Amino acid sequence: METNAIETTSMPPLKEKPKGIKLFFVKLLQQRALVIMSVPFLIWLILFKYVPIWGWTIAFQDYKPALGFWDQKWIGFHHFEFLFGDDRFLRVLRNTLAMSAINLVFGFLTAIILALLLNEIRKVAFKRVVQTVSYLPHFISWVVAASIIQTTLSPDGIINELLVWFGFVNEGNEILFLGIPEYFWTIFGASSIWKDIGWNTIVYLAAMTTIDPAQYEAAEIDGANRLQKMTFITLPGIKSVVIVLLIMNIGYLLESGFEPQYLLGNGMNVDYSENIDIFVLKYGIAQSNFSLSIAAGMFKTVVSFILLFVANNVAKRMGESRLF
Amino acid sequence: MAASDVKLNKKYKIQTSIGDRIFDICNYTFMILLMIVTLYPFINVLAVSLNDAQDSLKGGIYLLPRVWSLDNYQYIFKEATIFHATLISILRTVIGTVLTVLCSAMVAFSISRQDFVLRKFVTVAFILTMYFNGGLIPTFLLMRDMNLVGSFWVYIWPGLIGVFNLIIIRSFIENLPESILESGKIDGAGDFRTFFSIVLPLTTPVLATVALFSGVSQWNSWFDVFLYNSSHIDLSTLQYELQKILQNSNTTAGTSGMDGMISGANGAQQNTVTPLSVRATMTIVASVPIIMVYPFLQKYFVKGMMVGGVKG
Repeated sequence: METNAIETTSMPPLKEKPKGIKLFFVKLLQQRALVIMSVPFLIWLILFKYVPIWGWTIAFQDYKPALGFWDQKWIGFHHFEFLFGDDRFLRVLRNTLAMSAINLVFGFLTAIILALLLNEIRKVAFKRVVQTVSYLPHFISWVVAASIIQTTLSPDGIINELLVWFGFVNEGNEILFLGIPEYFWTIFGASSIWKDIGWNTIVYLAAMTTIDPAQYEAAEIDGANRLQKMTFITLPGIKSVVIVLLIMNIGYLLESGFEPQYLLGNGMNVDYSENIDIFVLKYGIAQSNFSLSIAAGMFKTVVSFILLFVANNVAKRMGESRLF
Repeated sequence: MAASDVKLNKKYKIQTSIGDRIFDICNYTFMILLMIVTLYPFINVLAVSLNDAQDSLKGGIYLLPRVWSLDNYQYIFKEATIFHATLISILRTVIGTVLTVLCSAMVAFSISRQDFVLRKFVTVAFILTMYFNGGLIPTFLLMRDMNLVGSFWVYIWPGLIGVFNLIIIRSFIENLPESILESGKIDGAGDFRTFFSIVLPLTTPVLATVALFSGVSQWNSWFDVFLYNSSHIDLSTLQYELQKILQNSNTTAGTSGMDGMISGANGAQQNTVTPLSVRATMTIVASVPIIMVYPFLQKYFVKGMMVGGVKG
């Protein structure tokens, strides 16, 4: 390896300047170390991330696993038509959008509020402890989180005990929270916030450190109180970060996550917990209905792509930093 | 500053100090509440895991075990399946993390070189995959066709390089002083030499972040086990074993006493452990390694998130 590297640099300077395609190959040869460090992974990328897109063709076929690609029967948009006439898929779509929206709105608001409040804490050690603790749930798996949430919400869990203690619920009438379908979105939202609120503050706190302290001093001299400083200096100071993240998240509107819904979902709350990803899993893996399942997954990916593309352009037009 | 201004400022400070103090009290109270809400569930599960299994069924365990016992932990690690699953979890975390860090760093280094001819192409090819993917079923079919189903490597290859990791390493390398890389070149170091002797040592903070992210996601993942290797018990992981227990208790949720032992448990052990205590113990075993590691890497990942989140 090293001999190669030395050769590269000790190569004599070229007499003539090559042009066009030749220049490209000469440079490629000179930079072969970089090529070796990137091209194998490019191949990996194409194999693992691009080749599966070929599988989308199955959505337009009456797919029979035993047949080869050319022997499949092509049926056009039949599966997509079926999806949009299917009550179950429409319900799944509703759940996906609802849970995403809950996540987006409340996840955002709570993280910004927490960041603002953390920013007001002057005892550095205390602030650091709060931050470290608040990052904790982000690092544990959803399996562990679901196990904890299930314990907390069970009829003999702490929530029910508190409700009994405060007299909201009579003893013996404890609520089986995960068994009531209408509660699921709330449980999902609360669990997601619990897991990621601390983590989501990192970006905002980072943005806050870039605000010029002179602004606060000036405001203080003008007699601004803390709340005024928060609303007129801190919030505008993180505005651009908030906008970029908001736009990014709108792009992920159909990605409401998979693990919390799957792990906390059960037969009783399925009408509210099942989302597109679970639908894809159930049809595709459990029932081996590949065509329908891929059609549903493809719908999700294409809509997400369009949303992200639009979001990115909106961000660009607004003069904010953008994704790509 | 005029003297009158100073006076005004002082007066104002005295006036707002009450409001200020109330705000501080509320704020600190809120933070303490937040910490309780975050930590209590963990402490409670820890207490249940350290409590005698039969005694736990009576309920009423909050912060401390009532009847101390290590039987639950002993039971878990005597159980061959769980012990083996823990080994697989460790193995995939170590191998996956090392490979991810090394491979991501190599690609990031090559696309950070402004003069690299394939720079734009490689960068765009990677970034595009942030916006779409083949989806669950096509990926599953690919793994099946590549004979990765039923193999350990299905845990490693698909997630080898994450685009987010790539971006944060690249930004970090681009922010290194150009003169350092230049000096290497003048001393006759080629690109390999530059990478291994100069870039790798200088990027340890960001590599630590990537290692943390990758290690956590390897340790935490259960879905790929479920999807590809659910019928290969010898490739099961700790998280997947916990997920199975969780799923079992899900189906029995609603019936008050969770009788029946978890599947796979020995009948002879029936008196010493219960599903409740096994689940609590597994939850602790599955989360403790991460809880022990992340606080030490905090200053690194906070920086990494700043770069990744703001710059994207």
